[in-house]
Amino acid sequence: MSLELFRTTNIDWLGKKWYFLGFSLIFSVAGVLSMLFWHHIPLGVDFKGGTQIRVAFNQTPNEDQLRQAMDRGGVHNALIQRVSDPSGHAANKVIVSLPESTATDQSHDAGRVAVEKALAANYPGQATIEQVEIVGPTAGKQLQKQAWLATMYSLIGMLIYLWFRFELIYGVAAVVAVFHDTLITVGAFSLTNQEITLTVIAAILTLIGYSMNDTIVVFDRIRENLALSRRESLHDVVNRSINQTLSRTVISSGLTFLTVLSLYLFGGEVLHGFSFALVVGILIGTYSSIAVAAPMLVAYQDWRVKRGKVASLPAGKRAKA
Amino acid sequence: MGKNLAGKTALIVAVLVVFCFGIVGIPHGSLGQSIKDRIHLGLDLKGGTHLVLEVHVAEAVASATDRDVARIEDAFQKAGITGATVGKTDPARPQTIVVSGIPAAKLSDARSMLQGNEYSSYDVVTTADGNSTLTMKLAAIRDLETRTLDTSIETIRERIDKLGVTEPVIQKYGLGENQILVELPGIDNAAEVEEVIQSTAKLSIHAVTGGPYDTDQAALQANGGTIPADSMLVRGSGSAGAPEMVWLLKRVSEVEGTDFRDAQPSQDQNGRPNIRFNLTTEAGDRFYKYTEAHTASSATPGSMAIVLDNKVREVAGIQSAIRDSGEITGGFTQQQANDLSLMLRTGALPASISFLETRTVGPTLGATSIHQGVVAAIAGMLAVMAFMLVYYRGAGINADLALILNLIILLGFMGYTGSTLTLPGIAGVILTIGMGVDSNVLIFERIREELRAGKTAAAAVQQGFAHAWVTIIDTHVTTIVSAMILFLFGSGPVRGFAVTLAFGLFANLFTAVLVSRVIFDAILEKKQRGAALSI
Repeated sequence: MSLELFRTTNIDWLGKKWYFLGFSLIFSVAGVLSMLFWHHIPLGVDFKGGTQIRVAFNQTPNEDQLRQAMDRGGVHNALIQRVSDPSGHAANKVIVSLPESTATDQSHDAGRVAVEKALAANYPGQATIEQVEIVGPTAGKQLQKQAWLATMYSLIGMLIYLWFRFELIYGVAAVVAVFHDTLITVGAFSLTNQEITLTVIAAILTLIGYSMNDTIVVFDRIRENLALSRRESLHDVVNRSINQTLSRTVISSGLTFLTVLSLYLFGGEVLHGFSFALVVGILIGTYSSIAVAAPMLVAYQDWRVKRGKVASLPAGKRAKA
Repeated sequence: MGKNLAGKTALIVAVLVVFCFGIVGIPHGSLGQSIKDRIHLGLDLKGGTHLVLEVHVAEAVASATDRDVARIEDAFQKAGITGATVGKTDPARPQTIVVSGIPAAKLSDARSMLQGNEYSSYDVVTTADGNSTLTMKLAAIRDLETRTLDTSIETIRERIDKLGVTEPVIQKYGLGENQILVELPGIDNAAEVEEVIQSTAKLSIHAVTGGPYDTDQAALQANGGTIPADSMLVRGSGSAGAPEMVWLLKRVSEVEGTDFRDAQPSQDQNGRPNIRFNLTTEAGDRFYKYTEAHTASSATPGSMAIVLDNKVREVAGIQSAIRDSGEITGGFTQQQANDLSLMLRTGALPASISFLETRTVGPTLGATSIHQGVVAAIAGMLAVMAFMLVYYRGAGINADLALILNLIILLGFMGYTGSTLTLPGIAGVILTIGMGVDSNVLIFERIREELRAGKTAAAAVQQGFAHAWVTIIDTHVTTIVSAMILFLFGSGPVRGFAVTLAFGLFANLFTAVLVSRVIFDAILEKKQRGAALSI
């Protein structure tokens, strides 16, 4: 006999929709509240603009001394963060972040030059600059706009494809589920006060694709089952479809989660934000395909019935093999 | 079936060979070296500098109209039209030239001259009082701006080539208007390069109309409170080591940027670094006319100022007429003289530029990132492969082989298309692994389902693939759609991610469906009818 996690499950997923709604609301609202009143959306240097310099020291530097050295060199309001690996190792590395005002389009380099001078004067031969990021206000705005557009366009692109392959309501339900995932993930960044950078946006776009993937697997099965058994109620078809795909959902998500977890653990501090977004996103994305997208189809049909329209949800365009 | 299977196997082996070639090319030296030559690493992995800069193209428009002001004045003088004022009155509208005060007798002469072919790039409006307004046409402005951007890219490329940077990227940057993207692998000290790129090397020679004054205020006072419309105040030290002063100079230059044909660093008779230059023939004629009219012995002796990047570097009286060669002693160090003559040779930038974005990654950080990224990818992949073997047993081997082939195809694609592997790109590879496994899980779970429903091994495999294929197509096409949109609208890290994701998904479609299927069919063929499938 082979190893099987779920043989035949018979869980009434739709019967738990109020729990799901409650769970989704708690996390979405917590995130939105944090975005509005607490940490807001912590934007990284890419979007906010400013100067960020990563320095490696020979020995672990004393942060107070470093701050004083910066002050003497005319670098005020610098945010100094010690970099540590996700595994908890303290490294001799420091990220010096200067406010937006240091990188105007007119004097782009002033912040970097001042930091370099302060380091050379106070830590001669002991500090190496590993990375410099200077983003002026124009570039920051452009990148913000681009990230926003890329996300919107890719959602629209997927909606159109699903509309073409299934029905509009399937596309809408999938996009709502994906929006739900994005909101909660961005909320998680706000709650934990981690910066959203360009790489994090790439991760959010990935989780959109990933969550979409999960939702489509369930939808595909709903479409197939609807075509096979027309007398069964949509409620039962959806439940059965989720149960039939459950073992695939759990195994695939579990394995993807495993790869992302290894990225989070071994990928180094540079990929930390990226892998954090995916760790959160994969959990939420898997959950939403069962708890948000599929129940929406049923809710939509119930709403149509209430308004006296045709009861049955169209099976969607026939699957082309 | 047997024949078909052989054909498919041959196809798979061919694909394997073709893509292995894509990764390493014709083997030379060590394996690592061969791979490095084919798979390009992004700046975040290799170390280097990424710059986004903006060209202030409006300046090119302003200097074009400045030149035309001078041309109109010149033409009026030749045609005997005196007393007219030609100038730009509104600093906010550098594209507009106003001509006023033309004597009534000459009005029609002036009008036909302005409306002639010479000024066809302008819309000419003449009012009842005989004044004319020339506004550069929108198409002409666009054209000039495009040319300015192209020339800037060419100039920057030449300068960077002369610095000896290998494989630089210098191209238009799509995110904003008039922006240029510069990527310099291996350069981790941006400051030096920025200086060479940014130096407009805008060299021009202007007639001195007043000064030197100690301050701007002093200059204003000496001129009755206003600066004449055709002049400008420029600061600088007139000779080496002198304190900074202010000069009143004619706004329109005598010679400038593109008029210089050649420049070489040299030394004057006292051993001080200087720059010898040659002018183009046309500019030489113009310069001769100007200098001849203003020599020390003439009725209107004058001096000229050499202005570099809006700073006066040298002021000298005109001793004798100069035609097409001369020298500049601007209190330069030898290095400055070398750099400046390099820039004059490669051509000046047609407009000044400013930096919008600078990102520099040192080589050690890049190497650490590669190491960590690769370790994470391998750890994730091994964990997944181990799970597949344990959970699906025999079929797990299929999935693992498909996974390895998937990776080979993905890297081969990158080798062939010359794509760049970035840090988010490595993350894209890891995600592709995730989706590749998902395809296999979908297929295997479906086969198990069909087996549970009582189908034979062969029928279950056939049905499992048929059903899973629909889902796999839908999931992959949706993700490919979004990867393509990311590629179109993204830049930098987002793009690197989109590239590996899209390639990986295509590879997935091939391996999950064809490779895995062929292995199943091969096993089924060897098995006796009714024997159980290891899944």
